[in-house]
Amino acid sequence: MTPRARWHPWAMLAPSLVLLVVFFIVPIGVAAYESFFSWDLLTPPRYVGGANYRALFAHGEVLHVALRTLGYSAIVVAGTLSLGLALALLVDRPGAFMAIVRASVFSAYVVSWVAVALLWMWMLDGESGVVGRWIRVLRGPTAPASSVLGDPRWALVALAIVGVWKLAGYAMIIFLAELQSIPRSLLEAAALDGASPWSRFRHVTMPLLMPTATFVATTTLVTSFQAFDVVRIMTQGGPARATELFVYAIYEQIFLDLSVGRASALTMLFFGMLLALAAVQLRVWRRAAGTAR
Amino acid sequence: MSLGSGSRARRLLELLAAAVAALAWLLPYAWMVLTSFKTLPEIVQHPLALPTRLDLGAYREVFATIPVARTMGITFVMAVTIAASQVALALPAGYALAKLRFRGQRGAFALVIACLLVPAPATFVPVFLMFAKVRLIDTMAALVLPFAASALGTFLVRQALLGVPDEIIEAARMDGASEWRIVYGILGPMLKPTLVSLFLVSFVFHYSDYFWPLVMTTSDAVRTLPVSMALLREQGTGARWHIVMAGNVVLSTPVLLLFAGAQRHLLRAVRPQ
Repeated sequence: MTPRARWHPWAMLAPSLVLLVVFFIVPIGVAAYESFFSWDLLTPPRYVGGANYRALFAHGEVLHVALRTLGYSAIVVAGTLSLGLALALLVDRPGAFMAIVRASVFSAYVVSWVAVALLWMWMLDGESGVVGRWIRVLRGPTAPASSVLGDPRWALVALAIVGVWKLAGYAMIIFLAELQSIPRSLLEAAALDGASPWSRFRHVTMPLLMPTATFVATTTLVTSFQAFDVVRIMTQGGPARATELFVYAIYEQIFLDLSVGRASALTMLFFGMLLALAAVQLRVWRRAAGTAR
Repeated sequence: MSLGSGSRARRLLELLAAAVAALAWLLPYAWMVLTSFKTLPEIVQHPLALPTRLDLGAYREVFATIPVARTMGITFVMAVTIAASQVALALPAGYALAKLRFRGQRGAFALVIACLLVPAPATFVPVFLMFAKVRLIDTMAALVLPFAASALGTFLVRQALLGVPDEIIEAARMDGASEWRIVYGILGPMLKPTLVSLFLVSFVFHYSDYFWPLVMTTSDAVRTLPVSMALLREQGTGARWHIVMAGNVVLSTPVLLLFAGAQRHLLRAVRPQ
C-alpha cells in the first residue's frame, strides 16, 4: 500500500532502527576498532596493530576455547535432541497425567539459568548432594576433588548435562507440535499394510520429523555456543580452565584482566564463529526444507 | 485398526517411563524446597532426610542479606519496561515493513534481519565501553535501552501483519482514522495473540537474565534478582545451601506461577511458524 505521507514509514521505523543500529551494528564496529589497541580502562589506549590477535593465537589459547565450546555444544545438542524426541514420543497422548509430565519437563526451560545452575551445584555436591554423593562413590576414593565440578575430566560434561536438563523441554515441545501435525491416516495406512510400530516410526514418523530435528539442532547449537551462566556460577571456568567457554573467556579478559583490546579481539573471533554457525544453519535449513517438499 | 494400543504390559511400561521423566524434573524442585526449610546442622548431617520441622531461618537470612522487595521491584520494572517497549515499537515498524511501499524498504528489512545474527554476548564489551563513556553503567538505562527494540519481535509482527488483508486498512483510512490509530487501535487488537506471546516471552527472558545485568552493573544500585541470588552463594562460607535454595525459591516462584497461568501463550511463542 502507498503510505499517506512519504515520511510515515520512516517515522514508524525510526525508533526501532536507531536502537538496533546503536546496540547491535555499531558495537561490532567498536569491537573491531578496539581490537587493534591495548587498553586497561585506566591509562590511555595504545595502538598495537594485530598484536592482540597474535597473542590470542600464540599459545593456541583461542583454539582451545573454541574446541571446548564446540565440545560442550556437541553434548548439549546430541543430548537435547535425543532426549527431547524420546520425551515427545512418550508424552504424545491425551490425559491429565501426560499434561503434568509435559509441564514438568518444560518448566525447566522457563526457570532462570541461575536457579538451575545453583540447584544442580547443590545436587552435585560431593558431601551432601543428592546426586553428587552417589557419583562420588562411583568415582572412587582416588578421584580428584569431592564434586565432579572440581574434576578437570568431568566438569565440562557435568555442565553439558545440566544444559540438557534445562533445554530438553524446549526440544520436546517443538517435536510434539510436529508429531501432532502428522496425519493419523498416514500411520493407519502403514499399520494396515502390516508395518510394526518400529517400522512405522522409522519409515513414516522419522522422515517427517527431519526438518524439525534440524531446526532444534541448529537453534540449540547457537544457544549452547553462547553458554555463560552455568560456567560463571558453577565453575568460574575451572578447574584448570577445563570449563572456560567462549563468552566466559571474553568476560575474564575484560572484567578480571582489564584488557579491553584482547576482549575486543576475542569478541570479533566469537562473532566470526557465530556467523559461520549461522551460515551452516541456513544451508542445513534449506536442504531440510528441500527434502520435506 | 487402532494405533498405539499395544499390549497392557507395554502401556504400563510407557506410563512408568513417563512417571520417571516427571520425577527427573520434579524431584530437583522438591529437593530445593525441602533444603530451604532445613537448618544448617540438618543439611550437613542428614542431607537426604525430610526436615524435622519447617524452619524459616534460611528465608529470614535471605531477606536480611538482600533487600528482596527492592531488588524484585527493580527486576520487574526492568523486565516490564523492556517487554512493553518491544511490543510498542515492533507494531509500527512491522506495519511499515509489511504494509507500506517505500524506497529503502528492503534495506530496512535486511537491517532488522542482520541484527538477529548479533546476540548480546557478542556486543557486551563494546556496549559496556559505550555506556562507560556516557556514564550510564549501573543505571536502569544500561539494562533497558539495548533491548528496548527487538529485531525478532519486529520480524514476528511483520510476518503476522502480512496475513492481514489490505482492505481492513483501506476501510479504516476511508473512515478517516490516522495511521497511528490504525496501528495501535485497529491492528494492535487484531494481533493480540502474537503480541501477548511476545510480551510474556520477553518478560520471562529478561526477568531471568543473569548475563546482561551482571556485566552492566558494578554496584547494587540497580542489582536484579538473579544477580543477587547468585551472589548469595559467593558470599557463603561453604555449606550454606539452605540459604541459597531459599533464595532460589524466591527467584523461581514468580516465573513458575506465570508459567502455570499463561502456559498456552508461552508454548505458542516457542513453536516455530
